Amino acid sequence: MSDFDTYRRRFMGGVLGVAATAALPAGVLFWQTAQGEVKDGPPASDKVRWGMLVDTTKCGTGCDACVRGCDQENGLSGDTSPTSPQWIRKVQVSNPRTGYSFSLPMMCQHCEEPPCVDVCPTGASFKRADGIVLVDRHLCIGCRYCMMACPYKARSFIHQPVTDQLAEVPRGIGCVESCTFCVQRIDAGKQTTACQDACNAEGHQAIYFGNLKDPDSEISRRLASYRSQEVLASLNLHTGVRYEGI
Amino acid sequence: MQTVFRELEGKSSTYYGLLGGLGLLALLGLFAAYQMEHHGHIITGMTNQVVWGIPHVFAVFLIVAASGVLNVASIATVFGKQFYKPLAPLSALLAIALLAGGLMVLMLDLGRADRLIVAMTHYNFKSVFAWNVFLYTGFFTLSAIYIWTMMDRKVAAFNKPVGFAAFFWRLSLTTGTGSIFGFLVARQAYDTALLAPMFIIMSFCYGLAVYLLVLMAAYSWSKRPLGDLVIRRLKNLLGVFIAAVLYFVAVYHLTNFYFTRQHEFERFILLDGGIYTLLFWIGQILLGGVVPLILLYAPATRQSRSAIASACLLVVLGGLAQMYVTIIGGQAFPLQMFPGMIESSSFFDGVIHPYVPSLPETLLGLGGVAVAGAMVVFAIKILRFLPESLDDPAVTLSHKAD
Repeated sequence: MSDFDTYRRRFMGGVLGVAATAALPAGVLFWQTAQGEVKDGPPASDKVRWGMLVDTTKCGTGCDACVRGCDQENGLSGDTSPTSPQWIRKVQVSNPRTGYSFSLPMMCQHCEEPPCVDVCPTGASFKRADGIVLVDRHLCIGCRYCMMACPYKARSFIHQPVTDQLAEVPRGIGCVESCTFCVQRIDAGKQTTACQDACNAEGHQAIYFGNLKDPDSEISRRLASYRSQEVLASLNLHTGVRYEGI
Repeated sequence: MQTVFRELEGKSSTYYGLLGGLGLLALLGLFAAYQMEHHGHIITGMTNQVVWGIPHVFAVFLIVAASGVLNVASIATVFGKQFYKPLAPLSALLAIALLAGGLMVLMLDLGRADRLIVAMTHYNFKSVFAWNVFLYTGFFTLSAIYIWTMMDRKVAAFNKPVGFAAFFWRLSLTTGTGSIFGFLVARQAYDTALLAPMFIIMSFCYGLAVYLLVLMAAYSWSKRPLGDLVIRRLKNLLGVFIAAVLYFVAVYHLTNFYFTRQHEFERFILLDGGIYTLLFWIGQILLGGVVPLILLYAPATRQSRSAIASACLLVVLGGLAQMYVTIIGGQAFPLQMFPGMIESSSFFDGVIHPYVPSLPETLLGLGGVAVAGAMVVFAIKILRFLPESLDDPAVTLSHKAD
C-alpha cells in the first residue's frame, strides 16, 4: 500500500469520526424531539366531536367579552384594522323590514364538510378526527384560497411579522389562521374554550361547548331540547357551531 | 413551398432597448416580491377582506391568455388549417412564456413563497389549486414538445398527436382556472359552472389579441414582411371571440338578474359599485369589447394596421379590467351570512370592502408581464420561431386553399 493510500485511509477515517461525533448530539436531539411528541398525549379521537352552541338571546349586544377572552388566550393583539387577524368577532344582525336585531359571536364554524379543507392545495387546512378544523402552519403556503372559500369569513391572513407569540399558540407571517376551539386547552384535557369562559365570567352564559357525540353532555342535551340552527344551513356543511334564536 | 423560419438578427438598438426595458421591469417586479416577502403583505393593498389583489389580476390574465394563445397552433394541427402552420411556433412559444410570467406572479404573491417545495410535494387532490399544479406543469411540457415537433423534422410525425394532446390539455387548464372561482360556493360573484366555459372563451380572445400584437410588433420592428391575408384572418377570428366573450358576460348577468338573491350583487357591479362599475362598463364592455369590434369591422378602420393593433391592445386592457371586476369586485362585495339582513362587525361584515393596489404588488404583476415578454424577445433571437416572410404570396404558396 502506498503512502498516499495510507494517508487517504487515515483521512477518510478521520472525516467519518468527526461526522459521527457531530451527528451524535443531533441524533440525541431528534430522539428527544420524537419522544417529546409522545408526551403530548393521545391523538384526537373520532369518538369525540367538539361543538359549540350559542344562545343568541343571552348574547349581549355590544358585549365583546368572548373576543377579548379569545385574544388573550391565543395571543392576538385585539387590533381591528382590515389587516389584523380576528379569530372571533361580534356580528350585529338586524332585519331592516321588522326591526328585529340580535348579536352573535362568529368564528370558524368547524364544519363537518369544510370548504377550506376542500380547496387547500397542500392539505394544510385539515379537520382532526374530533372535528376541529385547523391550519398546519408547516404546510400553509399562504395562498389564501381557504379565505376565498370560507362562507363565514372566519379566517385571517398574517400580513406582518408576529412578535410575542404564546408558546402554545404558534403563529407566523404569511400563513392563514382561525379559531381552533382552543385546541391547546382541549389537548391539555380541559373542556372549555376561552370565549365560553369569558362569556360566563360576564354573566351571560350564552356559549355552550362540549362533545356532540356524548348524548349526556350539556350541549347535546340542550341541542336535543331546543331548536337551534346553523348559519347558512342551506350549504349543508353540518357546522360544529350552532345558534339558538337566529 | 416550404416556409423558411429564421432567428431575428437582434442587434438593433430597438431589440436591446426592448430586452433591457423588459429586463428592468422584471427586476423591479422581483425586488417588489422581495419587499413583500420581507415585510409581509402589509405593504400591499390586500386585507383580510380582499385577500387576492392586483397580482392575481395579472397572474390569472396571463395564465388564461397563455392557454388561449396556443389556439393559433391548434387551428393548424387539430383543425388542419395549413394556413396557420407558419404561425404555430410563435403561438406555442407565447403559451410557455405567458404561463411562466403568470405563475411567477402567482408564486411570488404567496404568503410563504419560500415553501414552494411544499406545494410541489404535498397534494390535496380535492383542491382545484392542486389539480392546477399538474395542469400547469403538463402544459409547459406539452407546449415544449409541441415546439420540438414543429422544429425538428425527425419528430414531425408526432406533431399531430402532440397538438391534439396540447389542445385538450389547454381546455382542461382553462377549465381548471375558471373553476378556481366557479367552485367557490361562498361568494355571490362565483359559485357557477358558467365560469369554466367563460374563462375558455376569454382565453381565446385574450390569447389571440396578445398573439396579434406580438406578431405585428415583431414583424414591424424586424422589418419582415407581414401580409394582409394573415392579419385579416386573425383579426376576423378575434372579432368572433370578442363577441363570444360579450355573450357569456351577458348570460352571466342575465342569470343573476333572474335570481332575486343576486340582485344586490348585480346592482353593485352594474350600477353603484364605483370603480368596479366604471371598470365593467367603460373598461370591460366599451373599451374591451365594443370599440375593438368597431375597429376590427368598420369599413373605415378594418384595413388599418394601427387600428387593428389598437383593437388588440384594448382587448388586453379590457381583459385586465374584466379580471379586476371578477376577482376584486367579487371580493369587495360582502359575504352574506344572513341574507336579507343588515350585518355589521369589527371584521367589516356587511360593508363594501375597499381595496387600493399598492406600488409593490403592481410592480410584481407588471414584472410577470415583463418576464413573459423578455422570454419571447430572447427566444425569437436564438431559435427559429418566426417565418422570414408572411407576405401574401408566401402564405398563399405555403398552403393549399383551406
